[in-house]
Amino acid sequence: MTPRFYGVVGRFETPDALLEAIRCLRRRDRHLRLEAYAPYAVEGLSEALDLPRGKVPLFTLIGGVLGGASGFFMQWYAAVVSFPVNIGGRPLNSWPMFIPVTFEMTILGAALAAVLGMLAVSGLPRLHHPIFDAPCFGLATRDRYFLCLRPPPGMPGPAPAKQYREVLESLGATASDEVWT
Amino acid sequence: MAEHEEKAVSPGTPELGAGWTAGGVTDKIAGVVLGRGGPWTRGWHAHWRWRSALLISFGGVLTLLAASTWLFMRGVGLFGVNIPVAWGFALGNFVWWIGIGHAGTFISAILLLLRQRWRTSINRYAEAMTLFAAGIAGLFPIFHLGRPWFAYWLLPYPNRMELWPQWRSPLVWDIFAISTYLLVSLLFWYVGLIPDLASLRDKAASRGKRLGYGILALGWRGDARHWRHYETAYLLLAGLATPLVVSVHTVVALDFSIGNTPGYHSTIFPPYFVAGALFSGFAMVITLAIPLRHYFRLHDFITLRHLELAAKVMLACSLFVAYGYASEIFTAYYSGDTYEIHMTQDRFTGMYAPVYWVYMFCNVVVPQLLWWRRARRNVPTLLVVSLLVNAGMWMERFVIVVQSLHADYLPSAWGVFLPSVWDWVFLLSSIALFVWLFLMFIRYLPMISMAEMRGLVQETAEEAKP
Repeated sequence: MTPRFYGVVGRFETPDALLEAIRCLRRRDRHLRLEAYAPYAVEGLSEALDLPRGKVPLFTLIGGVLGGASGFFMQWYAAVVSFPVNIGGRPLNSWPMFIPVTFEMTILGAALAAVLGMLAVSGLPRLHHPIFDAPCFGLATRDRYFLCLRPPPGMPGPAPAKQYREVLESLGATASDEVWT
Repeated sequence: MAEHEEKAVSPGTPELGAGWTAGGVTDKIAGVVLGRGGPWTRGWHAHWRWRSALLISFGGVLTLLAASTWLFMRGVGLFGVNIPVAWGFALGNFVWWIGIGHAGTFISAILLLLRQRWRTSINRYAEAMTLFAAGIAGLFPIFHLGRPWFAYWLLPYPNRMELWPQWRSPLVWDIFAISTYLLVSLLFWYVGLIPDLASLRDKAASRGKRLGYGILALGWRGDARHWRHYETAYLLLAGLATPLVVSVHTVVALDFSIGNTPGYHSTIFPPYFVAGALFSGFAMVITLAIPLRHYFRLHDFITLRHLELAAKVMLACSLFVAYGYASEIFTAYYSGDTYEIHMTQDRFTGMYAPVYWVYMFCNVVVPQLLWWRRARRNVPTLLVVSLLVNAGMWMERFVIVVQSLHADYLPSAWGVFLPSVWDWVFLLSSIALFVWLFLMFIRYLPMISMAEMRGLVQETAEEAKP
C-alpha cells in the first residue's frame, strides 16, 4: 500500500505563536483543516479553531437521568411488585427512603457517561495515530505546541507537502515535518 | 514575533516558586517517577529510604492478609466485641478511613469549581489518598461481618432466594454511597492522570515503560479537540463529585443516627460527620504533604502557602466539629431525656472519659494554634497538629461507636468493650496498607498534575507581564 499524505505538522514554541498562526490561516481560508496540539488546555484555542461545543454535557445529562430513573425503578419494583412486605400498613412505595440510592445512582450514571462520552467523542482509546510518527512530537506532552495542516478530503494531485511546510514556517513554526499514514 | 519566542517562566507567586518553565515542571515531576533528575539521579534502587519504608509497610500488608485469613477462619470473636458493644474498632476504623478519604475529592472538585489556584499541586496525591483510604474503609464492614462470605448479599442481583436488599436500611444506602464514591473518585483521578500518563509515555526511555504508560494514556496526544472535551468532562465530574462527597459521609452518619441508641440518634450527625471527615482528611493531606515536599524537594510546588491554606481549612473544620460536640451536649440536656443525659455524663466521667477528653484536646484545643500565622507557616508545628488531629478524630469515632453502645437503656444490659490484640493488629496493619499503596503510587505515577502545572506556569507568567 502506498503511504497516504496526512498533513504537515509545524512546531511552535509558545501558545501565542500557535494561536496567531491559527488565526492567520483562518483569515486566509476559513475551511482549512487544522489540528492543534498542546501540552495543556490553552485558553482561546478552541475558539481560534472554531471547535463545536461537543456532546459531553448531553451524554452526562442522559447518563444521570438513566442512572437515577433505573435506581428508583429498581427499588420501587423490589418493594412494591417483586417482594412487597406489609409492615403495619405502611405504604409500600416509601419513596423518601429510596432517595439516597436514587441519588447515588444518578451520580454514578452521570459520571460514567461523562467519562465514557468524553473518550468516545475524542476517538479514544486509540493504539496509534499517524501524528506520533512526526519527529519531536513527543514534546507535545511537554512544552511545545504543534499545528497540523491537512489537505481537504479527496484532494487530487500530488501531496502539497512542500507548500504546507513553507506556509507553516512563514507563520513562525520553528520546525515542520510531513506526516504520512 | 520576537516576544512569541520567549518561553513562559513562572515569576514566583505564593503558589509556585520562581523560574519554572512548562518543560521544567514536567521534567521535575516526571523525573521522580522515571528516576531521573534531582536527588533521584541514581534511580529508585539506590534510595534506601523509600525501599525500607516499602519493605516495612509491606510487612504490615502481609500481616493484614494473615490476620484477615485468621479472622475469616475463626470469626469476629477475635475482636473484643460482644453484646452490648457489637460495633467496635472495625466500625470506628471504617468511619475514620472514609473520613480521611473525603479531603481528596473536596480539594479536587470543590476547589476546582471555586477556581482556587492552590488546588493545582496538591490535588493529585490528595485524590490518591482518597482512593486508598476509601478502599481500606470498604474492607472494614466486611471484616466486621459475622459471615463475610455473604457480603455480596448487600448488592441487588437476581438470586434464587428471590430476595432483595432492604432499601429502607441505611446500611444498604452505605453500600451504594461507598461504591459510587470509590468508582467516581477513581474516574476523576484517572481522567486527571491521562495527559500525565501521555507525558510519561513520551519521556520514558525503556520500551516497557513506554508501552505500559502508553496503554494507560489511551492514545492521548493533546489534540485541541480532546482538550475541549476533556475540560468539559473534568468540570462536570467536579460538579458531580461535589454533592457526592457530602452525601457519602451523610449516609455514613445516617447509619448511626437512624438507630435509636442514645448518642447515635441525633439530627446533627450528618453535617457534623461531614465536617469531621474534612477535618481528618485535611489533617492527612498536611501529614502527607510535609514529607513529600521534604524528600522530593518540592518546596517550589507545595509551598508554605499551600500548607497555610490547608491549615486554615483544618481550623474551620475544627470549629464546625467543636460546634457539633457542643450541640450534642446541649441537645442531650435540652431534650430532658434520661438516657441521653446519662450517656452524655458517662462520656464526661465514665469508662471512656479519658479518651473523650484527649480527643477534645486534640480536635478542639490544639487546632486553635492555627489562628496564628506563625504556627500555620511553621512546618514542624503543622505536622504535630495534623498528627494529633488524625489521632483525635480516630478517638472521636471510637467514642461515638463504642461509648454510646456500652451504656444505653437498661443498666442490666450495660457492658464494657476492651479491644483485643486483633483490634490493634487490624488498625495498625490497615495504616501499613495505606502507606504501602501510597509509596507505590509515588513510585509509579506522577504525584503532582504535570498538565495543570504547565497551565499554572503559563497563567502566572501572563499575569506578571506588564
